[in-house]
Amino acid sequence: MERAREIRAIGYAGWRRTLGAGIISLAYFFPVFYIIMTAFKTRPDALAMPIKFFFTPTFQNFYSVFLRADIQGGGTTNSGFGLYFFNSLFIGGTSVFLALIIGTSAAYGFSRFPLRGNETYLFIILTTRMLPPIIAIIPIFVLFRIFGLSGSYTGIIALYTAFNLPFSIWMAKSFFDDLDRDIEDAARMDGSSEWSVFRKICLPQVYGGLAATFVFAVILTWNEFLFALMLTGTETRTVPVAIARTIGGQVGVDWGLMSAIETLFIIPVVIVTFLLQNQLLRGVTFGTIRK
Amino acid sequence: MTSAASSASAIERNNRPSGRKAVGFIGWILSPERRGPLLIAPAIITLVLVNIFPLLWSFGLSFFEYKANRLAPPVFKGLGNYSDVLTDPEIWARFQNTAIIVVGSVALQLVVGFLLALLFAQEFPLRRYLLMLVLSPMMLSLSAVGVFFKLFYDPTLGFISRFISMFTTDTYVILSTPARAIVAIVVADAWMWSPFVMLLVLAGLVSVPKYLYEAAEIDRAGWWRRFTTITFPYIRSLLLLALLFRTIETFKIFDIVYLLTEGGPGSSTETVSVYVYRLAFQFFRTSQASALGYIMVFAVIVLTSIYLYAIQSRRSEP
Repeated sequence: MERAREIRAIGYAGWRRTLGAGIISLAYFFPVFYIIMTAFKTRPDALAMPIKFFFTPTFQNFYSVFLRADIQGGGTTNSGFGLYFFNSLFIGGTSVFLALIIGTSAAYGFSRFPLRGNETYLFIILTTRMLPPIIAIIPIFVLFRIFGLSGSYTGIIALYTAFNLPFSIWMAKSFFDDLDRDIEDAARMDGSSEWSVFRKICLPQVYGGLAATFVFAVILTWNEFLFALMLTGTETRTVPVAIARTIGGQVGVDWGLMSAIETLFIIPVVIVTFLLQNQLLRGVTFGTIRK
Repeated sequence: MTSAASSASAIERNNRPSGRKAVGFIGWILSPERRGPLLIAPAIITLVLVNIFPLLWSFGLSFFEYKANRLAPPVFKGLGNYSDVLTDPEIWARFQNTAIIVVGSVALQLVVGFLLALLFAQEFPLRRYLLMLVLSPMMLSLSAVGVFFKLFYDPTLGFISRFISMFTTDTYVILSTPARAIVAIVVADAWMWSPFVMLLVLAGLVSVPKYLYEAAEIDRAGWWRRFTTITFPYIRSLLLLALLFRTIETFKIFDIVYLLTEGGPGSSTETVSVYVYRLAFQFFRTSQASALGYIMVFAVIVLTSIYLYAIQSRRSEP
């Protein structure tokens, strides 16, 4: 199997570069760091100027994400964010899983049994993904209302499956294209059926790549805003929509609370970015650029 | 994958000299020539149902007079919507806003991304961890970044506004004047996507064969000469790809603008995507929104074909 590429480097620069790059990286990361920091601050600390870097951390904001204190009385109300986080994960996971199964099969077809006009099919598939989402949403919004799909899990999962399909196909195809065909031919010579060539030789070699594709697509879906905004209801709302509603709805936004929500929303992404570093180039370009 | 299974076993049967051939429709559909189409069919069916059919429907709609909030049936209008859209000065203003954001943001991304790539081109201790810090913005949600910067630009709370306020006499309200609001959007978008350019340029930098630098060393070529004659030719194609890819993506910019300024103040930062959204879901001029949408689609298809062409020609390079 072709080893996943590290983000390669030329030559060696040493600790002095670490210092320079460290300062610049931290400055670049500062906006994210600032949000995470604010999430742990009490309201006076968050408002303090100049920015307080040393403070006693509080978890109050994180409790408030899920359970909001009532304005009157001592009770709490469920803010619904537990459900929204569940929805984001459930909708993302299910749709990407479906897209990956359909996509892997198609990618194998495109890679090993090219049709007449193979490139055209692939171009159209990529184009459906490159189109402005706002164009797709107009007819889908109307059609979903006609078929009673708006606000349902079925509707949004079907949409996200189709949304993730071009990405899955292009990514999986790029992994299949990278494989060494001689091994497959050798297996065929030895009498393997086409199914065992796929199942026993090709698939095991691309498992790593498919796993990366899965995680990548889940992030893309987790981050998606416009489709979710237009097509989810109170029960199926995802986190980005809930965040937008929180800042849109209130007159005075509680930025500590907001930062806590954002922190919970982005921390998984930051961690995954680190784990996927080797596949990042391929992922962000839909498998069109590999090296 | 089940289709692969059945088709493959059919092949096995066909190849075996003594085996019986599957007959009838099943045999026809599982024959080796139909293996490719069979594998691809589920994907094509899903895309046609969920994506392509609605698109064609709205393409048809763009030739009719139709409002999604009325019961009145669509009335044929020919190219009326397109001529309305193309002669509307409002819409040209939206295209202009979008163009300013695209040019500003993509240019900034190319410069910052390129400099970051130079910084990270060599190996050094902790490089992997520092790369994570720089690369994570591009993986974040566009909507999350919109909310971030809304906070940073807040006149009383935001650290960016307050930092600028230190040099001005009164509080600096960023999102209140058209020029500042545009710059604010460009900065947020460029912050998010510069790492993308960096990643592509890095890939180009490491693809330069070492012996070229060694030869340049022997010839005592200066830094600038080495850059223009060795490094640049290797990253040129990737820079072009980055430029095209980011132009396509930035052209569609919606989330950041929607969350940061909602197109304001006035309509000074309203991009084409945001305007299509307004037309479709606030004014319910569904068919006009579709017509404007298809003008965007045309632009994106042209840019995407150029992008794929550039990729093909890069592959065929030595």
